[in-house]
Amino acid sequence: MSGAVYGFAALASLAAGALGVHGLLGGTWTLAVPWLLPLGGLELAMDRLAGLFIAIVALTALPVSWYAIAYDRDARGGRGAYLAFLGAMIVVPLAANAMTFLVAWELMSLASWLLVAHQREAARAAWVYAVMTHAGFACLLIGMLWLTAATGTMAFADWRAAVPGLDPTTRHVVWALLALGFAGKAGVIPLHVWLPLAHPAAPSHVSALMSGVMVKLGVYGLVRVSLDWLGVGPPWWGVVILVVGTCSAVIGVLYALVDHDLKRLLAFHTIENVGIILIGLGAALVFQPVGAPELAALALVAALYHTVNHAAFKALLFLGAGSVLHATGTRNMEEMGGLARRMPWTAACFLVGSIAIAGLPPLNGFVSEWLTFQALLQNLSVARPALNLAFALALAGLALTAGLAAACFVKAFGISFLGLPRSEEARHAHEAPAAMRAAMVALAAACVGLGVGATLVIPALAAVAADLTRGAAVPIAVFGGVTVRVSDDFASVSTLTVAGALAAALLLLAVGVRLVGSTARARVGDTWGCGRILQTARMEYTATAFSSPFKRVFDFFYRPRRRLDLDVHPESRFFVRSLAYESATRSIFDDWLYAPLMAGLRHTTATARALQSGSANLYLAYILAALLLMLVLG
Amino acid sequence: MFRQLRAALRTGIVTEPPPAADDVEGLGVRLGAEIRRRFGRSLAIRQVDAGSCNGCELEIGGLTGPHYDLERFGLHVVASPRHADCLLVTGPVTRNMAEALRRTWEATPDPKIVIAVGDCGRDGGIFASSYAVVGGVADVIPVDVVIPGCPPSPRALLAGILDALGRRR
Amino acid sequence: MIEIVIGGLVQILAVALGAPLVVGLTRLLKARLVGRRGPSPGQPYRDLVKLLGKTPVVSSTTSWIFTFTPYLLAATMLVAALVVPVLTSRPALGFAGNAILLMALFLLGTFFLALAGLDAGSAFGGMGASREVAVAALAEPTVIVAIFALALRADTIDLGALVERLGRAPSLALNPAHLLALAAFFIVMLAETGRLPVDNPATHLELTMIHEAMVLEYSGRYLALVEWASAMKLLLFMTLLANLFVPWGVPASAAPAALALGAAVLALKLAVLCVALALLETAVAKLRLFRVPELLAGSFALALLSVMAVFLVP
Repeated sequence: MSGAVYGFAALASLAAGALGVHGLLGGTWTLAVPWLLPLGGLELAMDRLAGLFIAIVALTALPVSWYAIAYDRDARGGRGAYLAFLGAMIVVPLAANAMTFLVAWELMSLASWLLVAHQREAARAAWVYAVMTHAGFACLLIGMLWLTAATGTMAFADWRAAVPGLDPTTRHVVWALLALGFAGKAGVIPLHVWLPLAHPAAPSHVSALMSGVMVKLGVYGLVRVSLDWLGVGPPWWGVVILVVGTCSAVIGVLYALVDHDLKRLLAFHTIENVGIILIGLGAALVFQPVGAPELAALALVAALYHTVNHAAFKALLFLGAGSVLHATGTRNMEEMGGLARRMPWTAACFLVGSIAIAGLPPLNGFVSEWLTFQALLQNLSVARPALNLAFALALAGLALTAGLAAACFVKAFGISFLGLPRSEEARHAHEAPAAMRAAMVALAAACVGLGVGATLVIPALAAVAADLTRGAAVPIAVFGGVTVRVSDDFASVSTLTVAGALAAALLLLAVGVRLVGSTARARVGDTWGCGRILQTARMEYTATAFSSPFKRVFDFFYRPRRRLDLDVHPESRFFVRSLAYESATRSIFDDWLYAPLMAGLRHTTATARALQSGSANLYLAYILAALLLMLVLG
Repeated sequence: MFRQLRAALRTGIVTEPPPAADDVEGLGVRLGAEIRRRFGRSLAIRQVDAGSCNGCELEIGGLTGPHYDLERFGLHVVASPRHADCLLVTGPVTRNMAEALRRTWEATPDPKIVIAVGDCGRDGGIFASSYAVVGGVADVIPVDVVIPGCPPSPRALLAGILDALGRRR
Repeated sequence: MIEIVIGGLVQILAVALGAPLVVGLTRLLKARLVGRRGPSPGQPYRDLVKLLGKTPVVSSTTSWIFTFTPYLLAATMLVAALVVPVLTSRPALGFAGNAILLMALFLLGTFFLALAGLDAGSAFGGMGASREVAVAALAEPTVIVAIFALALRADTIDLGALVERLGRAPSLALNPAHLLALAAFFIVMLAETGRLPVDNPATHLELTMIHEAMVLEYSGRYLALVEWASAMKLLLFMTLLANLFVPWGVPASAAPAALALGAAVLALKLAVLCVALALLETAVAKLRLFRVPELLAGSFALALLSVMAVFLVP
């Protein structure tokens, strides 16, 4: 039964994917059903950007739904909520007026909340998620209603036309509110607290969709509000997004480094990758108003490409983590190990995902990070020292993120899949069923294809970017179907050539080693352990140990709380009977932002409770006072 | 930093010439032609202490210093037996180290040679009758060369190794 | 076209065959500086040939990644050899990438080597992997910002074009900002190639190892490939340092005469760098592991100053 539901979801995704690709390649259409919704009705409009995001949603949901056929066989995840979730996510990019948008958005949030809350042990995650998503929704609602009041219409097309007549303060305030709402959904620092709680708690196929696709709709909103609905904004919009993006990228990966829950680590990486996307978007928003629209288009292509890539590899990684959870019953990396021999398909797919997310050539993550670098590197065209410095710091931040992400995935893949199994469950792990494997292989192939076939993807994205920057010439040329050239001769890359060269080099080496006579078969022995008698999993490096250099280097950020409890022998304190060591990192956002905020909120509500005295006479007095006030004001 | 460099440049090279053919008593061991051809110009040595008093280690330590300079013959000391061609074993093999020595030998890739150093390595030396000692190195793993002495001087060690490799004129 | 292919082949051969010589020369110079006669500069070649003839031992806990990594590492170095302007400023695969691709290729090799370190399930391998990726991650920002400083002046980030433009305009290459970038890049080179004061390539103490600890499990032809790849990485970094910061003498064509000239000039530059490296390694002691981030932060500050000098001094 659940197979039928997910199968239907897969088919629907395929159809929606075709629709999205059609839109991406230039097919525009509109649809209006005035009686379906109040205050403007249902209005849908397809353009290139919407087509791109629908393609992202649908083509990620296709393998994920296929995966869910086998993963959710006993139907503990909500199937109806899943279908509603998918449907809402496809409508959001198509929405052409505020009402449609907000209804679809809220439906998406509610459906995903239901999917998170379905799990018994996810109570806190569900609560935090509900609060944050509705706080964001409140910002969106106020922003959109304000703009509706200022322009007198709810349709997006009319907003675009009404922009020149808008009062600047209104524009800035509306932008700030809408950006805040969308940024919260995208999970940028410091509005990220719900992400690492909700994404791990949801079932793996839902996490894949939430991380891979739902946060992208936050990015979609940011792109729309900063480039489309409100016209060309001032440079400070871009600087804010650039700074927030850089901070999210670096902080996201720093938190991922010290996390040993496989799915929460992936959730933090989502924050990091959204940061990278926002670096590209922020650069675009800075370049456009200062007279470099081609560079803005370049940065936009980079941001959109990374959006596509992230959907592919994040979904792949979450499906892999789900496969591991399915086999071992645990998400804790410290209890895994040696899974590469027991689950070879999952391991290979997870490896492809790890290489992609670490931004290593010739896979897709590398191409979009490379493009982002190129956009940032050309900032000297804008001769404003303050902006140049911001760009230089963003460059450094992006480079640091790239390095740390690779380090983190060495940990994630190496500790979970390599070495000896650290628990009974890991020892008895089994490979995932065929449907799950097929989904992962499809996404892995997508990662490879998006990387090696960059020359095919870029023209489509360039068309989207040209649309958004009002026809600027995108400075990316595809040369000979193989090379991507940026800004004439500033830089060029060819992942196809690199992949081919690597393959050729590998072949050459294999043949060459054989030719020089080094053909002796390897003898199998024990791991060298300095002559010790036994090798057990306790002698391996642990995830905590792996991340300890980072904990030390960045300890001003992690603020670890170390505790050592010793239980010594009563006869002599030199004989220790047992010891307990705890080294926990603290989140500075929880300590310095949310804890005081919640404390203040509680204090305020406690004070306000005085109004609810429970006395009926007092309530009648309130009604009278309100009535008099309204009569006076009216 | 500069003071060190000045001292280094002022001192010059202090390496002594290699031991001549008649310098140290012929040990009579010469490894097979195949081994000599393979390792004659490049030998990676991994030193294993199988329970020694460390007298031999101190002499072996002198080999890597400037006076005896092992590296000029293409010999160098490595940290892991996986990287090694030659195990340089010192000490009478104590019961506690027998298994570790065997595992070290198994961890070394073939072809490999074993050089037992000192009287202890040859047959247990002055510790031979102890209850804690298994015997010489040959009682645990196959030995190719023995360099006797208690302890053998670096000169004798160098002569022994070079002689085995056929490098001494 | 055929000239480019031949030029590429010659360049690969030069890097592949010349790398052990660079390592051997540095070892000889270091030995001489401490009063030893030292090994011959051709010793690394003998070591590699000997290793190829040994039967490797592979641990039973490892997966396919362990035996695949040495080949991949060497392959990334060979591809990088075609991207770096070694003998000519128009390397065969120069169109396929630039400095960013180069650093990413090196990171790919490090990624797999770290995984191989974890594969055997030993504490040494895990420790080496953890430290190596930490150093590599912290060195990334410095490299990118240092290259940015150069790219700003020359308005390109393509390595070959950088060399050409910097060579044509001496004023670009001889100014304080350039020297700052050189210092930053030199420190990063030490970190990435595992030389003193970041890592001692000749240490036997596992607790002090960074790169060596990851390869403790390798033997035979796998070890030969890993050692050879390390030598090639050193050669490529030194070449980058030499050709980017002293950009004269790098011909623009791939004609045989030009390649020969390029090779001769490069040999001279590398010899100077080997002497400098030997002097430095003899004079300084290895840094405590948790002081290395401070060193890398210092190099990052130098690179950032170099960039700011471009903005503030037109």
